[in-house]
Amino acid sequence: MSQYNATNPAVKATVVDFDSQGDPSQANNGANTLISDKVVAVIGPAFSGESAAADPIFEQAGIPNITPSATNVKLAQHGYKFFHRALADDSFQGVGDADYLVNTLHASTVAVIDDNSTYGAGLAQNVIPQVTKEGGTVAVTDHVDPNGADYGSTVNKVVASKAAAVFYGGYYDAAGRLVKQLRAAGYTGLFMSGDGSEDAMFVTDAGGAPAEGAYLSCACADETQNPAAKSFVSAYQAMWSEPPAIYSAEAYDATNFVLAAIKSGATTATAINNYLATSSWQGITKTLKFLPDGNVAGGTIYVYKVEGGKLVQIGTTS
Amino acid sequence: MNLHGFVTEFWPSTVDGLVLGSIYALFALGYTMVYGVLKLINFAHSEVFMVGTMAMLGVLNLLDIHRLPGGVELMGALLLCALAAMVASGATALMLELIAYRPLRRRGSSRLAALISAIGMSFALQQIFALFVVGKPGHPRTDPVPFPTLMGHAVMFRLGVAQVTSDDVLVVVTALAMMVALDRLVSTTKLGRGIRAVAQDPETATLMGVNLDRVIMYTFLIGGVMAGVAATLFGVHYAYTQATVGQLPGIKAFTAAVLGGIGNLRGALLGGLTIGLLEFYGSSIFGTQWENPVVFAVLVVVLLFRPTGILGESLTRARV
Repeated sequence: MSQYNATNPAVKATVVDFDSQGDPSQANNGANTLISDKVVAVIGPAFSGESAAADPIFEQAGIPNITPSATNVKLAQHGYKFFHRALADDSFQGVGDADYLVNTLHASTVAVIDDNSTYGAGLAQNVIPQVTKEGGTVAVTDHVDPNGADYGSTVNKVVASKAAAVFYGGYYDAAGRLVKQLRAAGYTGLFMSGDGSEDAMFVTDAGGAPAEGAYLSCACADETQNPAAKSFVSAYQAMWSEPPAIYSAEAYDATNFVLAAIKSGATTATAINNYLATSSWQGITKTLKFLPDGNVAGGTIYVYKVEGGKLVQIGTTS
Repeated sequence: MNLHGFVTEFWPSTVDGLVLGSIYALFALGYTMVYGVLKLINFAHSEVFMVGTMAMLGVLNLLDIHRLPGGVELMGALLLCALAAMVASGATALMLELIAYRPLRRRGSSRLAALISAIGMSFALQQIFALFVVGKPGHPRTDPVPFPTLMGHAVMFRLGVAQVTSDDVLVVVTALAMMVALDRLVSTTKLGRGIRAVAQDPETATLMGVNLDRVIMYTFLIGGVMAGVAATLFGVHYAYTQATVGQLPGIKAFTAAVLGGIGNLRGALLGGLTIGLLEFYGSSIFGTQWENPVVFAVLVVVLLFRPTGILGESLTRARV
């Protein structure tokens, strides 16, 4: 934003910030607040659960919204005109993860755990059939409470099932606790999770060593390795004094797409939405070109592995 | 339904259930004692627990522990953590009484007003800690903050197929010891007699020369200190905290107090252990997503037949 305002003084853009804390009811509130503040475009919401709550409100108000990170499949299935997504969805990711577990890592039995959230359960439901299709067996399925402290009962099930790998659909904090408690109980199989866990905090929450060797997938690439993102990475580092967090680059691209619309003279919500639907934007993560349902065209799932406490990009699922 | 799961996971479930149940029991004491004396449900007690875990985090950061200490070092670190958590939790409980409840009591307000005040304090404390203590930019402010693992999960002995680790033993033994000590305190000391007298009949107790405000203060203090011990054990076993860490265990501990008989100390122990075990047995049969429904279904059934809980309501009637 500050980069844009520095270069284009004709139409200044301002940011109205609302922290929905990942909570669908807060997101609902936030959506209404933002509408009454007369914003012309929204970057967000960040999570699938809150997107499901807030998207209909934005749709009704006719405000274009681009989520840089919510990957639940159903979000794009409502026929919304104002919903856009700057990355590949969970059907893409779940299938890719299952392929990777069974074919690349040769895990024939998989325990599939999720956190019962819109995102986590959705991802797990895309993993389960694909594991079977690729010739693997789903040894056990279970659902944990993401706010719970004790995952002992899930750990007991996994250990008793002797699954070769655990797939977890959910976010990094619970994923960290789950892998910590699995390793404490002596479980030695593989651990894999999706983009919700693809965060350095996953390693921290797991207490370091237990996270070692875990696989994480994401529709996002490691931007610090991307030459096109160099100026973004250093600008982010200068502003927040830490390297870009997950989906920062997607949010950056989505924001630039909206700013490009404003630059082209589209200053109303409807005009911006038309611009988003008809144009494309060469971003640092990918070329953003939205399909009629709001999904982005194309998409790759990247696989990361925890090595020496760091998330290292090791390849793609296909 | 998966009875096979219940059989294969029976011993691990039992061990995990007893460990979690011991923490619930200690946590439940604060709810039950305050209710016994004031007939008030102190909903902010979950935050008393949270502050305890935060104090432990503070000590661990201050000591700058990165590796697993052993022997004397470990004992020292644990004691220091426990002490800090007990002081912080005790002080928070006292502060709640002085800020949120006593002024209302002085003005002769209804119990409902105190209840709302409790809920307000709970939210306020949660958000204060989320904003100023553990919040991290770029992540939700209620995100967990991990502790260094103090005790490695060294296996001490086996129970069936279950491994019983040193931290499991520490949690259960400490909780039981604290419960016995409190039981002695309430049944034998002068302060304990005061607490029992106020629980039975506050007006008569005042006429008999019991200082009501002082007894109430001590009740909050004791409940807070016990929550501090529970917080330390939680920290040792689960090794993390967050601003909302007290929420879910708080509801369970409160349920434990009601199940055992609210206002009854031994009821808190019985209720805590029962709920801990029920959670794990229920999860092994129906799946982990049914953990809470199983607990609350049993609560409803018990209350249908024994409306005052398993051991009955009064602090005095159960000869505590």
